[in-house]
Amino acid sequence: MKYFPLIVANLGRHKIRTTLTILSVIAALFLFASLRSVLTTLRTNAQFGGARRLVTLNATGLVFTMPVSYANKIKSLRGVHSVSWANWFGGRYGDGKVFFGQFAIDPESYLAMYPEVVMPAEQKEAFIRERTAALIGRRLAERYGWKIGQDVTLQGTIFPGDWTFTIRGIYTPTNPAIGDDAMFFHWDYLDERVGRWGQAGWFIVEMDSAGAAGTVAKAIDDQFRNSSTATKTGTEQAFQASFAGMLGNLSLLLGFIGTAVVFAILLVTANAMMMSANERTGEVAILKTIGYSDRTLFGLVLAEAGLIAIVGSVLGLGIAKAFYPLVKFNGFGFLPGFNVTAATMAWGALIAVVLMIASGLVPALRAARMPIIQALRKVE
Amino acid sequence: MIPIVYNARSMMQRPVSSSFTAVGIALVVAVFIAMLALGQGFRAALARTGSDQNAVVLRKGADSELSSGISRETARLLASSPHIATGADGRPMVSPEVYALIPLPRPRDTTSVANVVVRGVSEQVWTVRHHLQVIAGNKPQSGRLEVCVGRKLLGRFEHLEIGGTLRFGGRDWNVVCHFSAGGSSFESEIWAENEQVMPVFRGEFFQSVTFRLTDPGVFDDAKRAIESDPQTQVDVHRESTFYAAQAGIAGAMLSALAIAVTSIMAVGAIFGAVNTMYAAVGSRTPEIAVLLTLGFRPWQVMLSFLAEAVLIATAGAIVGALLALPVNGLVTSTTNWSSFSEIAFSFRITPLLLAIGIAFGVVMGVIGGFFPAWRAARLQVVQALR
Repeated sequence: MKYFPLIVANLGRHKIRTTLTILSVIAALFLFASLRSVLTTLRTNAQFGGARRLVTLNATGLVFTMPVSYANKIKSLRGVHSVSWANWFGGRYGDGKVFFGQFAIDPESYLAMYPEVVMPAEQKEAFIRERTAALIGRRLAERYGWKIGQDVTLQGTIFPGDWTFTIRGIYTPTNPAIGDDAMFFHWDYLDERVGRWGQAGWFIVEMDSAGAAGTVAKAIDDQFRNSSTATKTGTEQAFQASFAGMLGNLSLLLGFIGTAVVFAILLVTANAMMMSANERTGEVAILKTIGYSDRTLFGLVLAEAGLIAIVGSVLGLGIAKAFYPLVKFNGFGFLPGFNVTAATMAWGALIAVVLMIASGLVPALRAARMPIIQALRKVE
Repeated sequence: MIPIVYNARSMMQRPVSSSFTAVGIALVVAVFIAMLALGQGFRAALARTGSDQNAVVLRKGADSELSSGISRETARLLASSPHIATGADGRPMVSPEVYALIPLPRPRDTTSVANVVVRGVSEQVWTVRHHLQVIAGNKPQSGRLEVCVGRKLLGRFEHLEIGGTLRFGGRDWNVVCHFSAGGSSFESEIWAENEQVMPVFRGEFFQSVTFRLTDPGVFDDAKRAIESDPQTQVDVHRESTFYAAQAGIAGAMLSALAIAVTSIMAVGAIFGAVNTMYAAVGSRTPEIAVLLTLGFRPWQVMLSFLAEAVLIATAGAIVGALLALPVNGLVTSTTNWSSFSEIAFSFRITPLLLAIGIAFGVVMGVIGGFFPAWRAARLQVVQALR
């Protein structure tokens, strides 16, 4: 520890160089933390899903609907506790450009099934009571300045025309994977306006116990196998994961970029360390002459590299950790609950250590091994 | 002028630090080009999908084929529009189409499925759309459950070889041909006859009607005439702009990602270049003094050091461009969120993209070399010679 002032003094000699090197380490670790967080957020969200919840879809594909009368048939099956359903609405807001997720739901059963969607009791009641009421996420309320009691008009793309809803509730999700930028309204209202077509986009099935997923799912699909519309039932988690899968091999790409970034910065740092060691050949000789051991010199140079790596990584990771919640980043709505996890910070720290060893090792070894005579020759 | 050989030789004097800096820049340029190539490929796939000479009709207010619906009656009315070109067989060049998504299991990962477009087309479609070519087999025959598979799907899903059987919509379909479509997103689709597909999907509705205009110039007239007809309630889009607009969110995200990542990386690499050049200036202080004593002007010294930085950066940028080249043509896939379908596309490196990448590298060199060169030019001869 007594050498600490010496290390700091050495770093302070080339203030610009030290600053720039630290800044590039900051840039690298910030980028690393950001890219890895995209992946971890995707993975976390893909794993979202109540253990007791199943999702039933039309077997033909995601975009096809099913008769809502299926709900009663599913409910009567063994092991099923309750059933709810929803439709994707796909409306636009404002000048027709703004888009966010809107769902037509059966209010009472849906909210009972999703305790993760939280709002004050009186708002919940008001939303359930009124046919044209809407429930919106906190982020939507903040983004557009919407207040409770306000009317909002959407332009339907799947269901043509102007649709006006009155905001009666603002929810906050307890699980970030749900997203705080969705809007819910009454399925019944949608059904009535499109002429009682009686179709549901998907059913959410709550089971009596989590263990029976396989048998309940099979029982549901068997029930409708030979009807006009066959179904496909799976866990809610599999349903969520299928959306994450739609991004394709993004993870491979991000991993590749992350590696390139870290490697590029490694070069920059190693370069700076070698330059500063080279310039100090003479000093090393003098230190050796006055009795510094090879090991101490080795440690000194390595510690210098380490200090740069530590300061840079603490700042880089810290900025990433603080920055994203500050701007409430959610990746255009694709990455709800975007978060720099502890594991990411740990990986970042590990990279910093490797960075330190890799960039300091060669100069440190050279300083330790350098014969005094040869080194002194350079001192004129 | 100080000869450039001086700079080249100086670089050789410091092979390690020069090459580290160059490789740092090379990596940034490589990532920059690769990421732009990804966005470019995605947009190109969609932009090429449409033609100027075609029009797409959707239900009023619908922003994608997925959310649209057009009745048989409306389709019949549209087909009689005077702006539609007539084919060699004397029939109007129009294709009322059914559009649906089906889940296809991925061969290697059975837990996940991809949403693939099934398009029901008319017989005329092969002349209405440009660049279509059956590359193997024969076109589906009218009245049969036969499909033609886009080239980009091959190898990514099973049972797509000619003679294979594909099950969707509760029926078995024979694969009778493969087609190419000039690299467009149609190559990620499965085509069948519209009348066969309609009953198994969403009932008596088409999703869109595409027709060939008699001339690209009559689009505005056609649009006005059709949209003003109270019987139809539709929007008319030019096919080229319609599909280009479908790149929407996904295209914007890819570009945003490319810019965010490379600009942060570039900052790191520029700092590296600044470090190298400061060190170069620092270790050559006596040389600079000699140059100034010999009568070179300070701005000439500055230019010389700037040239050195640019030389390193250019070398790095060229290496980076070469590193990025192998990704050209690499096929990847993502979901097009406007239509919810998965489309495959190739990384596309154009000469322009390479030039932009190299220019980006050179600019990093200029920025990185500027302040060190400035310092070199302002050295006091007397002090430096000490």
